Amino acid sequence: MAHQKPAPRPINRRQFLGETAQMLAASSLIAMGLMGYGKHSHALPATALRPPGALPEEDFLGACIRCGLCVRSCPYNTLKLAQVGDDIATGTPYFIARDVPCEMCEDIPCIPACPTHALNHDLKKIDQAKMGLAQITDQSACIAFLGLRCEVCYNVCPVRGKAITLERQHNARSGKHALFIPVLHFDACTGCGKCEEACILEEAAIKVLPIALAKGKMQAHYKVGWQEKQQAGQALVTPDVEHQFNLPSGKRYDYYGEGLVDTPEEIAPPFANNPLDSLNQKQEP
Amino acid sequence: MANPAKEAGLAAIRSKGWWRAHQWLFLRRFSQLLVLGLFLSGPWFGLWVIKGNLNSSLLLNTVPMTDPYILLQSLFAAMLPASTAFIGVAIVLGFYLVVGGRVYCSWVCPVNIITDAAAWLRRRFNFKGKNFSINRHVRYWLLGLTLILASLSGSLLWELVNPVSMLHRGLLFGLGLGWYVILAVFLFDWLLSKNGWCGHLCPVGAFYSLATVVARVRVSADKRAQCDDCMDCFAVCPEPQVIKSALKGADQGISPVIYAANCTNCGRCIDVCAKDVFAFQWQKFIK
Amino acid sequence: MALSRRDFIKNNAIAATAAVAGITLPTITSAETDKIRWDKAACRFCGTGCSVLVGVKDGRVVATQGDPDAPVNKGLNCIKGYFLSKIMYGKDRLTQPLLRKTNGQYDKEGQFEPVSWDEAFALMAEKWKASIKKDNEANKGKSVDDMVSSVGMFGSGQWTVWEGYAASKLYKAGFRSNNLDPNARHCMATAVVAFIRGFGIDEPMGCYDDLEHADAFVLWGANMAEMHPILWSRLTDTRLTKEGCEVHVLSTFEHRNFELADNGMVFVPQSDLAILNYIANYIIENEAYNKDFIEKHVNFKSTPTDIGYGLRPEHPLEQRAKNAGKGDLTPITFEEYAASVKEYTLEKASELSSVPQEKLLRLAKLYADPNKKISSYWTMGFNQHTRGVWANGLLYNVHLLMGKISEPGNSPFSLTGQPSACGTAREVGTFAHRLPADYVVMKKPHRDIAEKIWSLPEGTLSGKIGYHAVLQSRMLKDGKLNCYWVQCNNNMQSAANMNEETYPGWRNPDNFIVVSDPYPTVSAMAADLVLPTAMWVEKEGAYGNAERRTQFWRQQVSAPGKTRSDLWQMVEFSKYFKISEIWPADLIAKKPELAEKTLYDVLFANGSVDKFPQTTVKDSAGNEYGNQEMEDFGFYLQKGLFEEYRRFGTEGPKKGHELASFDAYHKMRGLRWPVIKGKETLWRFREGYDPHVAAGEDIKFYGNDDGRANIITAPYEPAAESPDKEYDLWLCTGRVLEHWHSGSMTRRVPELYRAFPDALVFMHPDDAKERHLRRGLSAVIQSRRGEIKARVETRGRNRPPKGLVFIPWFDEGRLVNKLTLDATDPLSKQTDYKKCAVKITKA
Repeated sequence: MAHQKPAPRPINRRQFLGETAQMLAASSLIAMGLMGYGKHSHALPATALRPPGALPEEDFLGACIRCGLCVRSCPYNTLKLAQVGDDIATGTPYFIARDVPCEMCEDIPCIPACPTHALNHDLKKIDQAKMGLAQITDQSACIAFLGLRCEVCYNVCPVRGKAITLERQHNARSGKHALFIPVLHFDACTGCGKCEEACILEEAAIKVLPIALAKGKMQAHYKVGWQEKQQAGQALVTPDVEHQFNLPSGKRYDYYGEGLVDTPEEIAPPFANNPLDSLNQKQEP
Repeated sequence: MANPAKEAGLAAIRSKGWWRAHQWLFLRRFSQLLVLGLFLSGPWFGLWVIKGNLNSSLLLNTVPMTDPYILLQSLFAAMLPASTAFIGVAIVLGFYLVVGGRVYCSWVCPVNIITDAAAWLRRRFNFKGKNFSINRHVRYWLLGLTLILASLSGSLLWELVNPVSMLHRGLLFGLGLGWYVILAVFLFDWLLSKNGWCGHLCPVGAFYSLATVVARVRVSADKRAQCDDCMDCFAVCPEPQVIKSALKGADQGISPVIYAANCTNCGRCIDVCAKDVFAFQWQKFIK
Repeated sequence: MALSRRDFIKNNAIAATAAVAGITLPTITSAETDKIRWDKAACRFCGTGCSVLVGVKDGRVVATQGDPDAPVNKGLNCIKGYFLSKIMYGKDRLTQPLLRKTNGQYDKEGQFEPVSWDEAFALMAEKWKASIKKDNEANKGKSVDDMVSSVGMFGSGQWTVWEGYAASKLYKAGFRSNNLDPNARHCMATAVVAFIRGFGIDEPMGCYDDLEHADAFVLWGANMAEMHPILWSRLTDTRLTKEGCEVHVLSTFEHRNFELADNGMVFVPQSDLAILNYIANYIIENEAYNKDFIEKHVNFKSTPTDIGYGLRPEHPLEQRAKNAGKGDLTPITFEEYAASVKEYTLEKASELSSVPQEKLLRLAKLYADPNKKISSYWTMGFNQHTRGVWANGLLYNVHLLMGKISEPGNSPFSLTGQPSACGTAREVGTFAHRLPADYVVMKKPHRDIAEKIWSLPEGTLSGKIGYHAVLQSRMLKDGKLNCYWVQCNNNMQSAANMNEETYPGWRNPDNFIVVSDPYPTVSAMAADLVLPTAMWVEKEGAYGNAERRTQFWRQQVSAPGKTRSDLWQMVEFSKYFKISEIWPADLIAKKPELAEKTLYDVLFANGSVDKFPQTTVKDSAGNEYGNQEMEDFGFYLQKGLFEEYRRFGTEGPKKGHELASFDAYHKMRGLRWPVIKGKETLWRFREGYDPHVAAGEDIKFYGNDDGRANIITAPYEPAAESPDKEYDLWLCTGRVLEHWHSGSMTRRVPELYRAFPDALVFMHPDDAKERHLRRGLSAVIQSRRGEIKARVETRGRNRPPKGLVFIPWFDEGRLVNKLTLDATDPLSKQTDYKKCAVKITKA
C-alpha cells in the first residue's frame, strides 16, 4: 500500500509566535506557583523522618520517584507515603517516630527496594544509618533527671549503650541515691526513634530531630588538641623532654598526671631477700 | 447523517449487539482495574503480585518496572538512579514502544476512568456549558516545563501535584486531600473543557505520545469506504483530531492507519462504529 | 478557651488510643491541684517498699508522688511507681461477681454471667461444705497429724497483712485445712527454708542501710538494676561515692547489673553451687576464716545429697534420687566441713562455671579480705533453683566463715519480689506449714499457742503440712483438691508447666475454682467463679517489705461497683458456715457452745477481732477516710485482726517478732521489727542493735536454741533438665523494669505497655543466626511441655551467652509457663523458673 502518513498541519509564523507567547506566560505562572508550593514542601516537619540511607533532603526530593517500594518492603509498616495536605512532599516516604519508629532491620530491606539512590544503596550496616538525631529536648520534664528510675529510652535503644548512655551521678538532694542521666551520642545514634516512641511522658522529652536541625558544627578554625594528638598517634610538635623537680623526700611529682604525690616511705621488713643472708649473718655478741 | 453526540454508539449496539459495541471499552476497563487490582491485592489481601505504584514497581518480586517520565524528571533533577530503575525503564519503554505509548493512558492510567466519566456525562446530558478550548500543544509545553522545573529546583516539583501518579499512589497508599485534585480534574473535564485534562494538558500523556511514534499496534480505518458519516467515532474519541486524515484521507492517498501520536489506542472508535470501519492492526516494520 | 478543630481531633485521638488500651484517663488541671487530699501509702509493686503520697480528689486517685520523707526512697520512684495512679482505672475492671452458667444454673462449661454476692457465696459454701463433709468422713478416728482436706486456697504476697492473717485463720482454724499457700512459694519459699535452717528464724538480719555501709557488693542472681530499681540507685550511689567500693555481679546472662560491675561473671546455670563452695574452700585453705566467730557462734552440719527435684514421685528423676526430699541436719566437725569443700578448687569451679579463673579468684579474695564489709544480695536466681536452699545456705556459709554478718555493711540479704512477701506471706502464716510469727503446724506446742490466742478448742488445728503451690496444682489435677480459692495472684500465668498440670487441674470437672481479682486475668478466664476485688488504696492496708519494715495506709477511695476487698470476701464468706456443719462432733464436744455459731462468730466476731468499735478514720490533719469493711461489719476489722496477730509476737515462746501497735504504724512511715518499746531493729542478732541480745553476748542467733547459726554442707548437683541435642538451649525466665509480675496492672497502663509491649526472646546473635532468625522476627520456642511464639531480640538490655535464652513472663499473650518445668527445690518446694531446655525455630 502506498499510503503515507499524514503531514503535520502547517502553521504560520504569526500563529507560532502568538502560541509561544501565550504558553510562556502560562508556563511561568505555573512555574512560579509550583516553585512556591515546592519550597513549602521542602521544609520537612521536624517530626517527619526519612527512611534509613535517605539522601540529604534537597537531593532526596530529586531522587525519590515516589513509588512506595520502600514502604512495601518495610516489615513493620513503619514507613508511610506523604499524602496531599501533609506538610511533607507528596508521595515521599517518611515515618513519625512517636507513632511507629524504625525497627532497624539488619538487612535494611527498604534500601535495596529503592529503584533510585534516594535511599543510598551504599548503606549496608543499619547501625550507620542517620535518620535523625535523638535529643533530650526537655530535661525538666524527663523524670530521669529527677532521680526516678525510668531509663526506658536507654533500655529500648537498639544501639545499646552507644547512642544513649547513662551517666551516673550522686543525687545530692536524697543524699543516697544515684541519678541515671541519659546522654545522647551523635556518632552512634541512628535516629530510629524507638526512644521517642517509648518515652513514657505525655509529651516525649526525648525526640528525634532531623540531622540538619539537631546537629551543631564547630568552626574549622579550632581543633581539639587531645583528639588531634590521638588521631596523629603522637604529639603534633616536638615531644616534651623529661622534667626534673626539686622535691623533699617522700614526695614525687607526676608531671602529666596528678601533680604532687605523697609517697610514704616504704618500710622494708627487717629481713633480707635471700634467707641464706639471714642465716649466715653473724650473731651479735 | 451525523448522529447527536448523546446517541453515539446506539447505532453500533443495534447492528452489532451490546457486547461487540462495548468490547474494547470493557477490555480497557478490565485492564485498568486489573492493574489496580494487582497492586491492591497486596495491601488488601496479602497477595503480593506487584509492589510499588505506577512510578516504579516490582512484579513478582523480580521484574522491575519504572515509569520513564518520572525517571526523566529525576535525571533532570541531576540525580542518577540505581541500575534497577534503568532496567525498569527499559522494560516499560520497550513495551509501550510496541503497543503505543498512549496505551498507558487508555489501558492503565486510573485517571482515564475519571475523565472518561466526565466526557460521558458531557455527551449524555448534551452539556451546553462553556468549552474552554485549549490548545492541544499545551501538554508538550507543560512536559517541557516539568522537566525544566525539575532541573531548576533539583526536585520533582511536578510530582507534588501530578494527578496521574497522585491518584494511583493515593489509591494504594492513601490520598489525603488528593481527592480534591482528582475532583478538580473531573469537574474541569465535565464542566469546563471537553477532554481537557487527558487531551490537552497532561504532560504524562504528552510524554507517552512521544513514545508512540514507532508503535506497532495501531488502529486502522481499513474499511473507511463503508463509513456512513454518522460521526459517532468523533463523538467518543478523546483525541478526535487523529481520526480525520485516516478516515477521510483516501482521496489524498493518506494511509488509513492512525499514525497520529496522540491516538491512545483505546479502541472506542472500533466499538461505536456500526459499519466496522476500524480495526486494530499490527504494523510491520516497513512503511 | 476555645478548642480548635485540630486540638479536638487530637484529644479524641488520645482518648480513642487510651480507650483501646483500656484506660480512662484521670484528668487534672493545675487550678485543681490545690483541692487534692494527700496521704501516705506503700507502693503496690516490688518488695523494696517505697512510700508514696496518694492524691485523691472527688473520690478518685488523681495523682501520686514519691514520699520525700520516706527513708527508703526519699521521694523517688521507678517507672512503675510513677504510674501508680493509673493502675486502678483500667477500663476492664471487674465490678460484680461472675459465675459460669447455662440456663440460669451453675455449669462448669457455661458462660460467665453476673450474680449477686449472696448467690456467689451460697454456691461456694455449698461446694465447700460438701468437700468438708467428705473430708470429715475420711478423717474419722485419725489424729490431727494425719488429717486430709480437699479445700484449699492460693494466696499472695500482695495481700495486706490482715488479709493474709484472716486467710490463715479462716483456713487453718475455720476449715481445719493447711492447704493454704501464697504465691510467695514461687518467690521466697527457698529463702525462708534457708533462714530457718541456718538461723531458726525467718527474714534478713540486716536492712537497706547496708547499702550505704558496705565496701563491696556481690549480686547473686538478682537483677537489682531492673527489679529493685530504687535500691539499685542506692547501691550505685555508694559505688560512685565511696572510694574503693567494688561491685561483683554473677548471673547466667549479662543484664543491666553488669553495667556497674567491676567483676561481672556469667556462669553456666547451676554452677553457682560450685562457685560458692570454691569461695568457702579458698577461705579455709588460706586460713582467712574468723576463728573466734566460728568457735563461738557457728555449728557445722551436713545434709543428705541426691535429693531429687520435687517432681511427681513417679517421675524417673525422683525414682532415681536416693534421698528425695530429705533435708535433715547432722552435726559434723569443722574439719569434716572443710573436707566437703576441698574438691571445689579454683580449676574445678572455673571449669564447671565457664567463669575465668582470675575473676573467681578476685571474688574469693574479696570475701576473704577481713577488712572489706560485704553485702551479698540475691533474689530469684537463688530462690527459683532446684538447689536453692543449698545455694542460700552456701552463701551464708561464706558470710559465717568470715563472721561478716549482722553488722552495718556485712549482710547476706535476700530481696523479695512482692510488696508484702515478708509482711504477709511469711509473717502471718499463709504457707502450708506455717502459723503466724514463725510458728509451724507440725509442732503441737506451736498449735497450742495459736489455739489459745484464737480461743479454739484444743485439737482444732491440723498438724499435717498442707498442699504447697505446686502440689495444689497436681492435687487439683488428681481430684484430691476440689474447692480452690485464688486471691490476689495470677497462678494460671505463673505456675510452671501450665499445659500438663495447672490448666487440667482447674478445668477438672470435679473441682470448683474461685478467682478474686480486679481484672480479667488468665486465671480469671480459667475459673468457674470470678469475684471482683478492691485493690491497693481502695482498702485499708499494710505491707511488710524485704527489710522487715511494716507500712500502713488508709482507704483512700471506694472500689467501683460491687467490688469488695479480699478481706471483706473472706470474712463475709465465713458467715455462710455453721460450726456444726463443718467441724466433727468430737471437736465440738470440747466446746459445745460453739456448735450453733457461725465461723464468722468464732473467727472474727470473737470478742478479740471485734474489740475495736466503729469509728471515723482520721489523719492528724483531720481528714476523714472511708473504711468499707468497718461499715459492713460494724467494727474496726483491720485493727482487731492486727492487734490479735501482734499477740503471736509477744505471748509465745519464740521471741524476735514484736510489732508496734496498730495506731503507731498509721502515724509512722514504717517500722522494722522487732519493735520493742517503740524502737525498731536495724541489725538483728548483734549486741547493741538487737535488744534480744544481752549485754556481753556480742552475737546471738537466738532463733536457734543454742544461739548458734548453722554452716551446712551442700555439693554441686546438676539441674533437673539441661539442654541436649534436641532441646539445645537453656531457658531462663524473669522480669523487666517496666512490668511487674504477670503484667495485669502494668500492661493496662498505656505508657508502660508502649515502653515494653510484648515479651521478647532475648538471645545471642550467633544462636539467632544459626537458626536463621533475625532480630524482630517471630520465633517458636518449644519445650517438652509446650510452645509459644515471641519476637527475637539480640540487641536488648539482656545479653545471654550462647546456649541460653531469656524470656520475661509478664505477657499473658505469650505464656512462658507453658514451657517451664515444674521441678522444685525438694526442700522449699519452690519452682525453678530459671532452668529448663528449649529449642527455637523460625515461626
